[in-house]
Amino acid sequence: MKFYRSHILIGIDDTSLAAGVKEFEALLLSELEKNKLADEINILETGTLGLFGTGVSMTVFPDQVTYVNLKIEDIPEIVAEHFLKGRPVSRLALKAPLKKHYDFNYKNRIVLENSGKINPEDINDYLAAGGYEAWEKALLNMKPEQIVNEVKASGLRGRGGAGFPTGLKWSFTAPIQAPQKLFVINADEGEPGTFKDRLIMEGDPHKLLEGVMISSYAVGATKAYIYIRGEYKLCITRLEIAIKDAYEYGLLGKNIFESGFDLDIFIKIGAGAYVCGEETALIESMEGNRGNPRSKPPFPGVEGAWKLPTVVNNVETIANVPGIITKGAEWFTGYGPDGCSGTKVYTIMGDVNLPGLCEVDMGTSLRTIIDEFGGGIIEGHQFKAALVGGAAGVFLPLERLDVNMDYNSLREYAAVLGSGAVLVMDERTDIVEMLYSVIRFFRHESCGKCSPCANGNEMLYQLISKIRKGEGTQEDLDNMVVIADTMFHTSFCALGQSLVMPVKSALEHFRADFLKRLKIK
Amino acid sequence: MYEQIFGKYTPEKENLIYILHEIQDSDPQHYISEETVHLVADYLNIQPAHIFGVLTFYTMFSTKPRGKNIIRLCESPPCFHRGSEKMLLKLAEMLKVKIGETTADGLFTLELCACLGVCGNAPVMMINDDVYGNLTEEKLESIINSYKGGK
Repeated sequence: MKFYRSHILIGIDDTSLAAGVKEFEALLLSELEKNKLADEINILETGTLGLFGTGVSMTVFPDQVTYVNLKIEDIPEIVAEHFLKGRPVSRLALKAPLKKHYDFNYKNRIVLENSGKINPEDINDYLAAGGYEAWEKALLNMKPEQIVNEVKASGLRGRGGAGFPTGLKWSFTAPIQAPQKLFVINADEGEPGTFKDRLIMEGDPHKLLEGVMISSYAVGATKAYIYIRGEYKLCITRLEIAIKDAYEYGLLGKNIFESGFDLDIFIKIGAGAYVCGEETALIESMEGNRGNPRSKPPFPGVEGAWKLPTVVNNVETIANVPGIITKGAEWFTGYGPDGCSGTKVYTIMGDVNLPGLCEVDMGTSLRTIIDEFGGGIIEGHQFKAALVGGAAGVFLPLERLDVNMDYNSLREYAAVLGSGAVLVMDERTDIVEMLYSVIRFFRHESCGKCSPCANGNEMLYQLISKIRKGEGTQEDLDNMVVIADTMFHTSFCALGQSLVMPVKSALEHFRADFLKRLKIK
Repeated sequence: MYEQIFGKYTPEKENLIYILHEIQDSDPQHYISEETVHLVADYLNIQPAHIFGVLTFYTMFSTKPRGKNIIRLCESPPCFHRGSEKMLLKLAEMLKVKIGETTADGLFTLELCACLGVCGNAPVMMINDDVYGNLTEEKLESIINSYKGGK
C-alpha cells in the first residue's frame, strides 16, 4: 500500500458541486503533480463536511486544517505554502468559532459518523472504518429473531416522522411464511427543510446498505428496494456504485458468506411526489402506478408491494442498525432519554448564522440545537418562531424554545419531531406569509384521492389568500381551524391529517400576526 | 423508435416510471408526447390512460414540449422564507415568461418545484441536473447568462 504523508478530503455534495468543486479538484491535482507532490499527498472525495454556504471546502489530515470558500486562484498559494512549506494558509482556513462548531458537531454521531471522513465511492474506506463487521456478525452469529429482539431492546424508533418502534414493525413481518418477502427503504425525502437522508446517502452509502442487509435478513426478505426521489441525482449515483462494489465483494448476491442467505438490492427512482413518502403510496409508485395511498389494513408488513409482505423503513432509521448489531442495544440506549433512544439528525435553516446539520442525542433542547449547532440567530435579531418537523410540523414560539427534541416531550405540546427539520424565523418574519407557504405546499402535493384533503387544502388556501390580501375576517380564522380539524379526522392518509398542526399552532401562538391582517380589527 | 430504451427493461408495469424518465431525458424537448404514450402502452401492454394518469401525477414529467434547459425554482417554506418569491419575479422578468412557460428562443422553461433538500443554501433552484443555492438577483443573472452561451 502506498504511503501518503498527507490526505486532503474534499467535500463533494450538492452545495460544493454548485460551487464548481470538480474543476477545483482537477486543478489542485495538476498543481500537486506540477510540484511533484502527487505521490506524497492524496486527494480523497468525501461527502459533506457538515458545513453549508461555504462553497468548495476541504480538510487536510493529519494537520486537521479545514479550508472553506476556496477559489481556483487559491490553489497555487495552498500548494506552495501548505504542502511544500508546511504552513497552513490561515487566510483561507476555517476561523476559530466555526472550527469549534465543526468539531463539536462530530462528537456524538452514529449515522453520520463517517460522513466527511471517508470516500463514499470507495468500499475499502468503509471497510477500514469497521464497515460490514455488523453484517458478518448478524449473518454468521445471529438468528433473525435475535436481531429483531436486539433492535426491539434498543428502542429504535422510525426516523421518518411517525416514530413507530422499528423492532415491533419487523416482528409483524418476520414470522410470516411467504415465498417472497420484501424490504424497502423510503428515501423519498420530500418534507420541506429535510435533507438528512440525502447527507447519509451522499456521505456514507455503505452504512445504509449494511443496515438494509441486516434488516432484510432479520425479517426474512431476500429482495430489497431503495425508493429514492428522482431529484437526488448524486445519491443515486453513489448508491449505484456502492451496490455494485458490495456485489463484487460478495456482500450481496447468492449464498452470502456461505450462510445460505441470498439478497439482492435494487434502486427504484421516484418522479416528484411528496405523497410517495407515505409508505402505501410509495408501494403504489414502485409498482408503476400513481402514488395514491392504499387503505390500511392490510398493512404493508402483511400485504405490501405486489401483495407480498413488505417492510418499509426510513433511511436514517436503518443507518442506525449496524451500530446496534456491533455494539449492542445497551450501547444504543445510552444515547437519548428513555423511550426515545439514539441520536437524531436535525437540519437547521432559516435565520441562523450557520444553517446546516447536526446529529445529537434525542432529547437535546431546541435552544441548544439552534444556538450551538445553528450558530444562533442572525446578529441583531431575535427569535420569533421555529417551524419544527417540516411543513407537516408545528410553529413553536419563544416560550417553547426549551422543549426537549424527542417524541414524548414534543407530544406534550401537540408537536412532533417529524423529520427533524428546524426552520428558524426571526422577528422580521410574518407568520401569515409562512402559513400561506405551508398551505400552498400541501395544496399542490395533495394527491386528490380523498375529498377532505383535496378540497380542504383548497379551502384553506382560499382563506389564507383572502387574509393575506387584507380581506379576511375573524370568522375566516375560526373556519380555518374547523377545516383543519375536519381534515385531521377524515383524511385518508397522513398528508391530509398533517395540516392541522401548522394551522392550529400558527393561529394559537401567533394570532397577533393574523389579527393585524384582518379587515375589521 | 424507443427500442434501445425498451431493451433495457422487461415489459412490466413496474418499469413504467424508469422508461418515462429515460424517454423524457433523451427528448430534446423534455416531454412525453401522446404518440410516445401509445408506444409505451403497447410495449408494456397497459392502457394508455394508465400512463397519462402516471404522467400527470408526478411533477417531474411533462406532457407538453419544454425548453432546452429546465429551471425548477423551489417554492417550499424554507426557500419561501429566504425570498424565493423575489427570485421568481426576477426570473420571470429576465426570461419574459410565466410559470410553466418556455422562452421564445426555446432555451428555458420556468417551473416551480417542492423542496430539493438543499435548504441550508436557500433559496435554491435546479437547472437540469445542477443545483444552485444562496440565490440573489445578481447571481441569477450570471447563472442564466452562463446557459445562454451554449452550455
